Parts: sequence; structure tokens; C-alpha cells
Amino acid sequence: MISRINHALLSIGLASAMLITLPAQAHSVWLLPSSTVLSSPQFITFDAAVSNDIFYFNHRPLAVDTLVITAPDGSHLDPANVGKGELRTTFDLKLEQSGTYMLDILRSGLRANWKVGGQPKRFMGNAEAFAREVPANADDLQVGESIMHVMTFVTMGAPTAVKSSGIGLEILPITHPNDLVMGEPAEFQVLVDGKATADVDIEVVSGQSRYRNALGETRYKSDKQGKVKVNWSQPGMYYLDAELKDKNVSFKQAKERSLSYSVTLEVMPQ
Amino acid sequence: MRNWVPVLLPSLIAGLFAHQGMAADLNIKVNIPQINASEYHRPYVAVWIERVDQSVAQNLALWYSQKSGPEGSGTKWLADLRQWWRKGGRDAQLPLDGISGATRPVGEYSLSFNDGKALAALPKGEYRLVVEAAREKGGHELVRIPFNWPATKADTQKVDGQQELGAISLDIKP
Repeated sequence: MISRINHALLSIGLASAMLITLPAQAHSVWLLPSSTVLSSPQFITFDAAVSNDIFYFNHRPLAVDTLVITAPDGSHLDPANVGKGELRTTFDLKLEQSGTYMLDILRSGLRANWKVGGQPKRFMGNAEAFAREVPANADDLQVGESIMHVMTFVTMGAPTAVKSSGIGLEILPITHPNDLVMGEPAEFQVLVDGKATADVDIEVVSGQSRYRNALGETRYKSDKQGKVKVNWSQPGMYYLDAELKDKNVSFKQAKERSLSYSVTLEVMPQ
Repeated sequence: MRNWVPVLLPSLIAGLFAHQGMAADLNIKVNIPQINASEYHRPYVAVWIERVDQSVAQNLALWYSQKSGPEGSGTKWLADLRQWWRKGGRDAQLPLDGISGATRPVGEYSLSFNDGKALAALPKGEYRLVVEAAREKGGHELVRIPFNWPATKADTQKVDGQQELGAISLDIKP
């Protein structure tokens, strides 16, 4: 698992070709599973997109080159039949083991802004590319790090425990993410680098927003133990996200670190 | 002393057998209604007894497609019995011995548990009979009937399903 995640972290150089939404931007980034609760081995399919509206394909596909799929036994699986369209990326996954599968598009990298002769310059990429492309003595150099998770969970058979990656910001499900039903609040714990973190704002939005006037987002703040209890307003697909900036940088030129996490969850009717 | 011994004796004997399960009756009738649909498939049905906390105390019947078809194995759709699946199905080893069976056509089905064996493990307390139905290209319905076990007196309760289930009755006797 560690090596796969390191690979994901390093491969940001490739990912940087696509200027993906990072914290504090307007677009939503999501993975949408065709099913989340399954009773026999089978294929399911996923959409991955960057959009203005949650779960509507109206902007750009989301690249899945840094996707890490963790099977119930801890092994990693590759997505099948990856197809990149103009508005979404799709891929399939065959669930053969009983238990919970975690899907995580994990991206991290550096961003830099500076000026050459008054003209703004911009960089996004990994540390190697940074050393190559960003002049060390650039004017007005501003460097930031970022780590982004885009997640979802699916379960075949009985659910198994979900684990923190310990990387960046996470809204770790305490109530199992494939055991969510109307009328039962679900508990989450906000972690930063694997540590419980208080006072982080979380936004919860249900899908189908096209068919209502208000976005209807609900906001929560993590308590002293980093815990949040979420009440669902209706069954359906939900998008939870959080963003955070801190100074815990790992790259010496960076001043600030931008963290984001989003997860798609399905809430069943009673 | 001679006077009260014979009076006490029957209750002592009854006490001896109390731990081995009362030979009480529990009879259930499940009606699968006629539904006019352009494409009708027999519903998947689960019948079980739940505790007050909604955990499964005893599975009684599970009717689902026993065959594999072009759309996969019959177990593929068991998650559509979403309450049963969540409360116990997903942890069960299928098929459930003596409980799993094929889907049933429209009609009334009687389930009788009167030998004491199936329900012997059920401690005294409050329970609910739960009947859940899910139909391919159709709807989903769940009916609950509360009862106390073992029965202290004969009691019959009937609840009419609205969509996917017809009349469900529970008849218990001490």
C-alpha cells in the first residue's frame, strides 16, 4: 500500500498536466459508483468528473491516473475499461472479495507563483519538476503544497473496516460508509496526517440538486475529538467535503499547505 | 402438608420443562398479491423475527431466485431486501438451511413453527415479525408485527401490505 501511495504522490508530475481543482476553487471533484451495497460478486462502474454541480457532468473529466483501489484484503486493484470522455472518466471494477473496497484519487504536489519582468508565472507539479522549472531566485516567489483525496467506498457482502491513509486531510467514516440509512445519524472523524483535528468545517450536500431551488448544503464543525455527527435529510447520494490550510509543509520553500478531501456516500431508505 | 402437595406438583412438573422451550405455536400467513405489471417478476421475500433493537433473532424464510441467469446469480439481488440484508443477510452464509427457497407465485403461504425447535432459542421478550418484499422492476415493502414471546394467550394480528405485500397475519398460541 505504501509503495502504491508513494507512486501516486510521485506521479503528480503527470497529473499536473491537467489543472485540477484544488482547495478554494469553485468546482466539485467526485467519484460516483453505480452501486455501493452488493450481495454477490459482480462488476460495478464509476464516473469521475470535475463539475460545477455535484454528480452532473458539466465541466471536465477527472483523471484517474493516481487512483488507488484497495481491496478488502489490502491488495490493490487496477480499474478496468478506463475511458476518458469530454465530460467524465469512466471505469469498471470487479468485486470478487467479500468486504469493503476503498477508492481514493490521491494527489499531492507543489504550486508556485512568481514574476519575471512583472509578468506572472505559474507552476504545478512535483518537487523534481519544481527544481527544474522554478528559478531559485524568482521575484515574488510564493510556493504552496497541496494534498487532495477524492474518495468513495463500496461493499460486497459484509462490510469490513475502513482505515485512515494518514495522509493529509481526511473525513474518516466511523459509522461504516456502506451502512448509512435515513433516520440514523452517521459519525465521522476529521484527521490531519492521521491525527484527530477539531474545528474543521465540513460541507454535506445531497445529490439531485438540479431538481431543487436551493443547494441545501449542511455545514458541520468537528468537535474536540475531531468527531462530526451528520444527519441525512433524504436517501440518495451525498457529497461530503472539507478543506484546510496549515503550515505543516514538508518542502522547505513552501509556506503553506492546502488540504482537501471529498467523499461520495450513498444513504439508503429505511 | 398432604393438602398442598398435589396442588404444587403440576407446577413443579411444568417448571422442569420450562427451560426446554415451550411447545408454543407461531403461525404466519404471507400473501403475495396479484400485481398488474407489464413485466412481472416474483418478489424476493424475507421473513424473520427481530429484537427490539432491530437485530435479527431468527430467520424464518428467504425466497429468492435459486438459479443463475443472464443477469447473474440470484443472490445478486438479495441486497434489494435492504433491511434484511443490512440486519443479517450480509453476515449470513447462504443458502440458509431449511430457510432459503425459490421465489413464490401469487398466493397465500403459511409458515408454521409449532414444534418448539425453531423458536426454542428465543428468550422471553418483545419481538417483531418482519416481512420484507422486493420485486424486480417493481417496488419494495416492509411490514412489522410486534408480539411477545412466549405467548401467554392466543393472539392473532393482521396487517395489510399496501403495495408489494398482501395481508400478513401472525397467530401465536401458548
